[in-house]
Amino acid sequence: MRYIPNTPDERSAMLRDIGVTSLEDLLDAIPHELRYNKSLNIADGKSEWEVRREMIAMANRNISAMDMPCFMGAGCYDHFIPAAVDTLASRSEFVTAYTPYQPEVAQGTLQVIYEFQSMICELFGMPAANASLYDGGTALSEAISMALAYTKRRRVLWSESVNPAYRRVAQTINLSQGIRFDTAPCKDGCQAAEEMAMLLGDDVAAVVLQYPNFFGIVDDLRLIIDRAHEVGALVIIVTDPIAMGILHSPGQLGADIVVGEGQSLGNYMSYGGPYLGLFACSMELIRLMPGRMVGVTKDVDGRRGFVLTLQTREQHIRRDKATSNICTNQGLVATRATFYLSLIGPKGLEGIGIACGRRTEYLKQKLKEVPGFTVPHKGPHFREFLVQVPGTAEEFFEFMTTKGLLPGVPLTRLGMSDERGMLVALTETRSREEMDAYVRFARDYAVEGKR
Amino acid sequence: MKRELQSLQKESALIFELSRTGRTGFQVPPTPDDFPKFSIPENFARKSLPRLPEVSENAVVRHYVNLSTRNHHIDRDFYPLGSCTMKYNPKVNDDMAALHGFSGLNPWQSGQMVQGAMQVMSELADALLEVTGMDSITLQPAAGAQGEFTALLMFRSYHQANGNPRKRIIIPDSAHGTNPASIILAGYSVTQLPSDANGLMDIEALKRSLDEDVAGLMITNPNTLGLFESNIAKIIDLVHDAGGLAYMDGANLNALMGISRPGDMGFDACHMNLHKTFSTPHGGGGPGSGPVAIKAKLEKYLPVPVLTSKGNAFVWDWDRPDSIGSVHTFYGNFGMHVRALTYIKSLGGDGLRAISDNAIINANYLRKKLSPTYQIFVDKPSMHEAVFSGNLQKAKGVRTTDIAKRLLDYGIHPPTVYFPLIVPECLMIEPTESESRETLDEFVEVMLQIDREASETPELLKNSPYTTPVRRLDEAGAARNLNIRYFDEVL
Repeated sequence: MRYIPNTPDERSAMLRDIGVTSLEDLLDAIPHELRYNKSLNIADGKSEWEVRREMIAMANRNISAMDMPCFMGAGCYDHFIPAAVDTLASRSEFVTAYTPYQPEVAQGTLQVIYEFQSMICELFGMPAANASLYDGGTALSEAISMALAYTKRRRVLWSESVNPAYRRVAQTINLSQGIRFDTAPCKDGCQAAEEMAMLLGDDVAAVVLQYPNFFGIVDDLRLIIDRAHEVGALVIIVTDPIAMGILHSPGQLGADIVVGEGQSLGNYMSYGGPYLGLFACSMELIRLMPGRMVGVTKDVDGRRGFVLTLQTREQHIRRDKATSNICTNQGLVATRATFYLSLIGPKGLEGIGIACGRRTEYLKQKLKEVPGFTVPHKGPHFREFLVQVPGTAEEFFEFMTTKGLLPGVPLTRLGMSDERGMLVALTETRSREEMDAYVRFARDYAVEGKR
Repeated sequence: MKRELQSLQKESALIFELSRTGRTGFQVPPTPDDFPKFSIPENFARKSLPRLPEVSENAVVRHYVNLSTRNHHIDRDFYPLGSCTMKYNPKVNDDMAALHGFSGLNPWQSGQMVQGAMQVMSELADALLEVTGMDSITLQPAAGAQGEFTALLMFRSYHQANGNPRKRIIIPDSAHGTNPASIILAGYSVTQLPSDANGLMDIEALKRSLDEDVAGLMITNPNTLGLFESNIAKIIDLVHDAGGLAYMDGANLNALMGISRPGDMGFDACHMNLHKTFSTPHGGGGPGSGPVAIKAKLEKYLPVPVLTSKGNAFVWDWDRPDSIGSVHTFYGNFGMHVRALTYIKSLGGDGLRAISDNAIINANYLRKKLSPTYQIFVDKPSMHEAVFSGNLQKAKGVRTTDIAKRLLDYGIHPPTVYFPLIVPECLMIEPTESESRETLDEFVEVMLQIDREASETPELLKNSPYTTPVRRLDEAGAARNLNIRYFDEVL
């Protein structure tokens, strides 16, 4: 047993020290009929070499974005990860540490989280950020819970251009609270302010918008934000941290709560998790903040130190009065995001934003020229745009993968009805050759594909 | 610039304080000149960049390597945190999760491109079902608390389908704080029952509390006092007779593998903490993973999508009209699933059983060695953790906090303190199976030494720690003068 140090002899000696003759004596409290008196039906343990071989065989059954240029997004992006992120994040001081409840021996973790919070506040233009939530969808659901608790209202209005996967999660988590969700339709891919305003009322707890929206469009949100505030609703903006080097922050737009997915900040796509829920809010809401927060303080000698703070909001103290049940969060993923943001800096973030935007514009223009392909929405598109393909998006996806490209996300995979719709994402890692190949294959598909 | 003598006990600069205009640790890949310009309308264009630090790559590396040395972590030393199960995290687990064939997958890829990933989840699911004795499972919850909540939503749907969602969930007073918080979020109220004199659930109190408003019971077994609920079958029968469902908080599953199974005890659902029992690292606060295993009667309420197979292929089944919905944007913390499966393959069924046996022996060994000096709360064999009270030391003028802080000076992370709430001056110690007898003996020595110090030099304890990167911190002050970000002004 390579993970168990004590040998059979040592075990016997320890049992003698305990004062029993066998392990059985220690299990007396478990009634006989509840004992599992056979071996677990799980294959025998294997050497590290054998386990590696089996796991690698399974990994090799997958086709990953390392094997094919990836144009897929819809909440998960193939951005470049500097080597230093992996090197630092694999240090066991960060990986194998516990939640920093004993601050004197957790200053490393605590200071990283303080830096993380500071960076998220900078990106989002907000005064308070927490130490992370599970992912974008659960961050949105916590934002909605916060708005319900603050306004004591029971209706939520969201735009159709908020990522449907996030909306599904938020709906699941809040439904048992008796919440009504109204969806504002979204013509031309934009979050139509007028249509949305018609659905507003003084029973609305929160208006939920996405910026840039699910279709990659940077909408003008000011009108709807003003209207929402006029009726006393909070404004929740779902945003993309990578866009924050080039766009006004949601805080500047007037958001009360800002949430987002932090996967793109130095974290792998990893088949959907672990990801990083980003969460920031106004100071007025801070007592309702879900999860952990780190604050600055001093030790008895007057040195600066960091501690978890405002813990009286949390479940281990407030129990059934807590604002959220979150306990374990995404500490190491937030740590990676902190390393990433430290490396890229403000200019890097701006540069990545521009690189994404220009590539998006390039592929969009080229695809518009391919017969049968249409781009239904007018820009500006940040990193993602919708293209309608001849035939179905699923068939096109299949065709493109045989050519060696992951061409985008068919909208039907998100439960949307547009069978021709494909959401295409461009990160700074897509080269001209890859984009030109995309266009060439699309042309082949339009011709050979007999659509 | 003046260089001072090296010491861990100096303030560490913030990354923002290292920032110098013009420095960077990153080069953006080039964009060809003939690509269209990306023009952002004036209305949206950011006027001033976020004040991220401007630091070179080598300075970033040095800064965070230095910060890392200010952490206690399991690869450095003992971490006997009760209920948190800080065991050794095998390195091969991390290696496997980092394989490009796993880490490079976009979650929206077609099923046929990710059969290997789905196989990982399927094999993990099968192993966890075997360990728990349940019928079906979801790997979606991202942490134990989310697992609790997911199960409660399924309870809700189940009762709703039977005509009435019911109103209350019963918990013992020793329950983890996440239990009552999850109950409220799921739209129920909390009924908390006192434990009996033996630290177990009080059956008479339970009987009095059961009626047709009770949706279910949530209980940790072995409980947070480290005791197996001997009457668990009877307790579950009572709950079932009243039409309720029974949920096991699996935080302490490390003590049960191959010994006793929640499904066989009669539970309808239980979660597992992969980051405890199955050795995926805590990462300074996460990621965790909290799969929920259930009995067949709850199957149709599982969160979507459900992993299933069609012919020889794995597929995601979204077409489940009775599902509660989704609790995660994708399929849960897949990277943790890879780690847990790697661990299970390394150990095998008998290895898992050996883990629990050794965890139990280690815990009882500490109970025996420490109980002459530290008051044991309930003097019965422990499962994988033993709960003490610092009452005897309190009489000498020191509190459990002081004992905990003094342990830091000896390089040992303190046990869980002041939980469960029902134990005064509580010290909850969980050694786990991955610690050797020498480590335990050393810990016992330190604990006895601290007790002597409490008698002879109590002030020494009250002012500890002395050797840590910072000394005792003003936690109340941090809440009073809230400073949670570097820049005062918001841009």
